[in-house]
Amino acid sequence: MARLTINGTTRDIDVDPDTPLLWALREQAGLTGTKYGCGIAQCGSCTVHVDGVATRSCSMPVSAFTPEQQIVTIEGLSPDGSHPVQRAWLALDVPQCGYCQAGMIMAAAALIAQNPKPSDADIDAEMTNICRCGTYNRVRAAIKLAASGETPASNG
Amino acid sequence: MTFVPAVSRRHFIAGSLAAMGGLTLGFHVPLPGRAAAEETAPEINAWVVVKPDETVIIRIARSEMGQGTLTGLAQLVAEELECDWARVTTEYPTPAANLARNRVWGSFSTGGSRGIRESHEYVRKGGATARAMLVAAAAAEWKVAPAECTVAKGVISHGASGRSTTYGKVTAAAAQMAPPADVTLKDPKDWTIAGKPLPRLDTADKLTGKQVYGIDLQQPGMLNAAIKACPVFGGKIRSFDASAITAMPGVRKVVQVDEATVAVVADTWWRAKTALDALPITWDDGPNKDLTSAAIADMLAQGLEAQEAFIGNENGDAHKALAGPGRQVTATYAYPYQNHATMEPMNATAVWTAEKCEVWVPTQNGEGSLAAAAEAAGLPAQQCDIHKIHLGGGFGRRGAFQDYVRQAVLIAKELPGIPVKLIWSREEDMLHGAYHPTTQCKLTGVLDEQNNLTALHMRISGQSILAAVRPDGMQNGKDPVVFQGLLATGPENEFGYSIDNLLVDHAMRNPPVPPGFWRGVNLNQNALYVECFMDELAHAAGQDPLAFRRKLMAKHPKHLAVLNAVAERIGWDKPAPQGVHRGLAQIMGFASYVAAAAEVSVTDGRLKIHRIVAATDPGHAVNPAQIERQVEGSFAYGLSASLYGECVVAQGRMEQENFDTYEVMRMADMPPVETIVLPSGGFWGGVGEPTIAVAAPAVLNALFAATGKRIRTMPLKNHSLA
Repeated sequence: MARLTINGTTRDIDVDPDTPLLWALREQAGLTGTKYGCGIAQCGSCTVHVDGVATRSCSMPVSAFTPEQQIVTIEGLSPDGSHPVQRAWLALDVPQCGYCQAGMIMAAAALIAQNPKPSDADIDAEMTNICRCGTYNRVRAAIKLAASGETPASNG
Repeated sequence: MTFVPAVSRRHFIAGSLAAMGGLTLGFHVPLPGRAAAEETAPEINAWVVVKPDETVIIRIARSEMGQGTLTGLAQLVAEELECDWARVTTEYPTPAANLARNRVWGSFSTGGSRGIRESHEYVRKGGATARAMLVAAAAAEWKVAPAECTVAKGVISHGASGRSTTYGKVTAAAAQMAPPADVTLKDPKDWTIAGKPLPRLDTADKLTGKQVYGIDLQQPGMLNAAIKACPVFGGKIRSFDASAITAMPGVRKVVQVDEATVAVVADTWWRAKTALDALPITWDDGPNKDLTSAAIADMLAQGLEAQEAFIGNENGDAHKALAGPGRQVTATYAYPYQNHATMEPMNATAVWTAEKCEVWVPTQNGEGSLAAAAEAAGLPAQQCDIHKIHLGGGFGRRGAFQDYVRQAVLIAKELPGIPVKLIWSREEDMLHGAYHPTTQCKLTGVLDEQNNLTALHMRISGQSILAAVRPDGMQNGKDPVVFQGLLATGPENEFGYSIDNLLVDHAMRNPPVPPGFWRGVNLNQNALYVECFMDELAHAAGQDPLAFRRKLMAKHPKHLAVLNAVAERIGWDKPAPQGVHRGLAQIMGFASYVAAAAEVSVTDGRLKIHRIVAATDPGHAVNPAQIERQVEGSFAYGLSASLYGECVVAQGRMEQENFDTYEVMRMADMPPVETIVLPSGGFWGGVGEPTIAVAAPAVLNALFAATGKRIRTMPLKNHSLA
């Protein structure tokens, strides 16, 4: 059993304490936006926020978390996809297959929250998620657009 | 900062025996592939459904795996349909429906950069035919001639009488109309939807976690399976002790899938994987247990000197020219095994009964999935179906190879009526790939006294994909696909140089490692070999690499046009910035002409790629914005391969099991890419793959200019640049 606060709601999750947070999110909490890519904290597909810090959830057991810690997944980043990072991603049509993009967006949102005007070097250092489709240049452009505060409401 | 826990991959296994009282909360997701629209509106034809609320559903037979084909194909249909693009949605027909309707949607296969170029005509006709039927329905109601009616954004107007109606209002009547015998397609220069850089149709759900991938699928009562096959190629299971894990929490069944493979089925995947990791298995490593990459390299090296070889392209008499006067230049290159490494590991969800088998799967070839499912199910294809789901990457791994479908069905067969979702771990994905084949190439050129290239022999030695995967495509033992980019003529792969004495041949050497179609396929290494060697020849001749190529390309104006375009954009005729050096490459593949120019520097032994300029002539550009994305992505894929990509065989298996040892390109390595799209018209070329092939040679040629080091064995990470 684990008591976790996910996307603002504290809930008891019936799960073995050694289960990685990723799999508790996906299989017990039903939040499949957070993805499995490697299981060893290498690829970043599983990135969520824990108290605002981008965290690779595949390699942290649920027992490592307290109910006081705020876990935010892609489903909870904004109620309607309106977070500035999500709007920037939409405006620049960033995703290709999209599988890594939830992790990318969560990492980018955490980066901008801590560093509102990241330089290219900051982006290189902090955005270490893997994308095999090769969206990196548009991810970079979207981070800069989101940081500019000039994100359009939509691209429609 | 990103918090990256420093834990070993085995960290959780120790605690896996602890009791877990688990409850999987069932939640419903709409299943892709269901033609829900048919409940409210009949189809106009196989490609188009218009609902009374004016929503236009366009059926897409090819798979979407990030390459943008879904949007491009919808643009082509919508262009001819003249509907309101803002109201367009898409759906996948199922392979069983295709079978039942005499393959009305044609091929479902999505590979070889063929998605658009091989279906553009019939999908446009589908749109044009539907338009004609919708107009005919309105005209019949008005009792006027259809030719007097016009259409704009799904509104049908009759100018003479001032009447107008909409597609949604006449859809039911249109569905009853006879389709016209023939339709005339628009000239691409008149396109207003196709040819435009429209945003993708499938972006929004990828930003919020709503997009359902195969790995995310949930069904009521579903169980989960983890799987492990003998890690040694050709090995088998000797024994395993299921009793050691059957009491572990959540475990429902241990299934021997085939002679090499065992799966654990549990209530959740994490429990299935935990139990599988604890399962005592004894392997029979089989005949390849001592195989190494070094032994494979020796086998290929012998092929470089072998007498017997299949000829792919021949002009004049290269052997005679090589034995004659002139200065010889020789070099040998090598290309390793690589894994596709899609971000979404292989998976499939199957439910089997004695009467029916259904599979939900991210697949590049729904019909191939259906065939695999039917065979494994022991049922006729008519009693099976495949529900396609957007892929979390394909790159060739999910087309010709349907191993995960076969496995999922065989497991589900042991649990009749219960949906079972099979997910491969990353380790399983890395150990059981369909690897980029390994080849070597010895190139010998002859320069005459004026430093003209008078002869070239290109001996390829190595693995044939077709021999392993599609033997029916062989031509008297020869694999024609080995010669991608090197053929004398043809619409797909024409060699871009005229050389008086040319011989390109292949000594087939097939190590016991499964090869596969890997994004770009054989064009990748062939372009590397020929374009790096052209650079070597130019330097040996003391000539500028661009000028040296141009002399050989006069009869290949389309190849030359893209090469000239990148040379001009990068400023080839002007000095590069201080410390920066340039390289070039060009090739034709997948029916498109591509070229790249790179600017690099090397500081303290570290390569930095400052800038890439790429040009593509795909004939027709259906969505220039998506082409730019494919070109950028191709550099990420191609440079990732040339900088890092290597699966090493030791003790009969791959050493690399995850991204900690199988490195791939990340953000910090990614250069800016300037894309020039040059559609010259008159043909239809692919865009998802060809550019990959010019990434490595452009950069390696620039690296030579910077350092004087000629890298001939991939990947670059194995070489010191200091």
